[in-house]
Amino acid sequence: MRKGQYRFVAGFLFIPVALYLIFVIWPYLQTFGYSLTDWKGQSQTFSFVGLDNYTALFQDDIFLKAIWHNILFLLFIPVITILLALFFAFMLNAGGRGRAGGVSGVAGSGFYKIVYFFPQVLSLAILAVLFGAVYRSDSGGMLNGFLMKLGLVEESSPVEWLNEPNFVLWALIAVVVWHGVGFYLVLFSAAMQAIPRDIYEAALIDGAGRAHTFFRITLPLLWDSVQTAWVYLGIAAMDMFILVSTMTAGEYGGGPDHHSEVMATVMMRNFLLYGRSGYACAMGVVMLLLTLIVSVVMLRATRRERIEF
Amino acid sequence: MSAPLKTASPGDSAPTGPAVTKGRTGAGDERGEGVVLNVFSHGFLALWALMIVLPLLWLILSAFKTDAQIGGSAFGWPENWTLDVFSRAWDKGIGDYFLNTVIVLAFSVPLTMLFGSMAAYVLARYQFWGNRLLYFFFVAGAMFPVFLALVPLFFMVKRLDMLNSYQGLILVYVAYSLPFTVFFMHAFFRTLPTAVFEAAILDGASHTRTFFQVMLPMAKPGLISVGIFNTLGQWNQYILPTVLMQPQSGDDPERYVLTQGLVQLQQQQGYASDLPVLFAGVTIAMIPMLVVYLSFQRQVQAGLTSATLK
Repeated sequence: MRKGQYRFVAGFLFIPVALYLIFVIWPYLQTFGYSLTDWKGQSQTFSFVGLDNYTALFQDDIFLKAIWHNILFLLFIPVITILLALFFAFMLNAGGRGRAGGVSGVAGSGFYKIVYFFPQVLSLAILAVLFGAVYRSDSGGMLNGFLMKLGLVEESSPVEWLNEPNFVLWALIAVVVWHGVGFYLVLFSAAMQAIPRDIYEAALIDGAGRAHTFFRITLPLLWDSVQTAWVYLGIAAMDMFILVSTMTAGEYGGGPDHHSEVMATVMMRNFLLYGRSGYACAMGVVMLLLTLIVSVVMLRATRRERIEF
Repeated sequence: MSAPLKTASPGDSAPTGPAVTKGRTGAGDERGEGVVLNVFSHGFLALWALMIVLPLLWLILSAFKTDAQIGGSAFGWPENWTLDVFSRAWDKGIGDYFLNTVIVLAFSVPLTMLFGSMAAYVLARYQFWGNRLLYFFFVAGAMFPVFLALVPLFFMVKRLDMLNSYQGLILVYVAYSLPFTVFFMHAFFRTLPTAVFEAAILDGASHTRTFFQVMLPMAKPGLISVGIFNTLGQWNQYILPTVLMQPQSGDDPERYVLTQGLVQLQQQQGYASDLPVLFAGVTIAMIPMLVVYLSFQRQVQAGLTSATLK
């Protein structure tokens, strides 16, 4: 390679690599080091404490509770979102049956896709305000107001969706599902449209109904996308910081009485409110390890033989 | 066969209309099943569409209600049909938050695109020692949760004396958008034909000039997708500004971005109740997203979903 070319390559890489090293890679690496210290953040002095932060972490009831809530999110969010998205995507792309025997989407599928996808472009902060109003714990809340109209909830005792330990996690799951279904619907739709029509028509001639077509043809051919969706939703379920910290009670959320706490809220509270930097770093490391484990397990658990078409 | 399988285009009233028969021979008993299924599926589709649209409309309508009305009943019809509440929301901080966000994004998005495509281009089209290592190094960054970096990142920005400053947030946004931008543009530059590149070099263009005047224009579809992805991602970013954009002392002015400001406004509701202003603020924050989404609907969907597929 000529000398001028090296200079060009180096010149183009210098700024991006420098930015990336300073703001991303170096902090990532530092976290591991700080997690082994008793650093409080304000003072510049700290000492090495070994794995003390980690042993403290696994005796911290609030953090253990938070891990459990993340696991619950992990179990429910991907399953509900993917099932709904698959159902809608199938309806929109192959649910209709043409008079001449073709397979097509139902009427108005373009319109549905536009509407369903819209929540995805809204920030989670907007969703927090929106659903804060929807879940309001008096007759002014949309959900309570609606249930009162139907006579399912007494006017005098409205449901406190976000302050009731039994409901708060479900209320949060509903927001995530509401937000995500449209996105995965579009993802699955793109994959469904790549499936050749001949296959559907062959199935139709062989007398397959909608359910058969879906389980025997669409789902197996879509498996790659489903797997991707699973991993992404799993990673989202390990986070949940914005919704929990803005919608539930308490500094950085987690209320009522830690019933909606997730790892990220505990970490941010320890860092920004209590200034326990070293301890917060240890939580960051645990979050990384759990997220990696989740990705690997989900990839393994959903592995199928790849079908070429 | 009249019906193409693709029915994605918005103006396209799906080709076959509501299906009546199951197609095979159109025997009478199968007709019945088709109709029931159709009612069922259309019912669900319409229900979900309502569940998306109604809360949003309800929130916008609530901006025109009074506080008493909002607390009273969820379904009262607004009477306060003035735009006064929007200017009140704008003055109460939404205007500043909006401008802060625009200022940050005006620099961070173009810089992300520039640095991201420069790095991606060099990594995709030039062979040098450490190329693959550097590429994986960039891509690996996309896999780690941002929480892992937050604490040291805060002190790094503090040491650079850039806490609660636009330039600090801009640089951090650029750095955290690089992994995906490099990843996506890398794939894109690989698909561009080599012949054009060689022709430009033979004609005596420098490598830099070839990049800016030949290769970058050819990568425009890719740039649009990543650009939309980054714009939405940075516009909606909440965690990074929450950590980095807090006033550092009494006389340090607030420089909240929109997402942060909305949450702030919501949390102040406990003290001074002015819910219509909050809802008006959310409406103001939603409008640009709605406009961008409706005008670039296809590119937005493609840009966001390609993030997961590639």
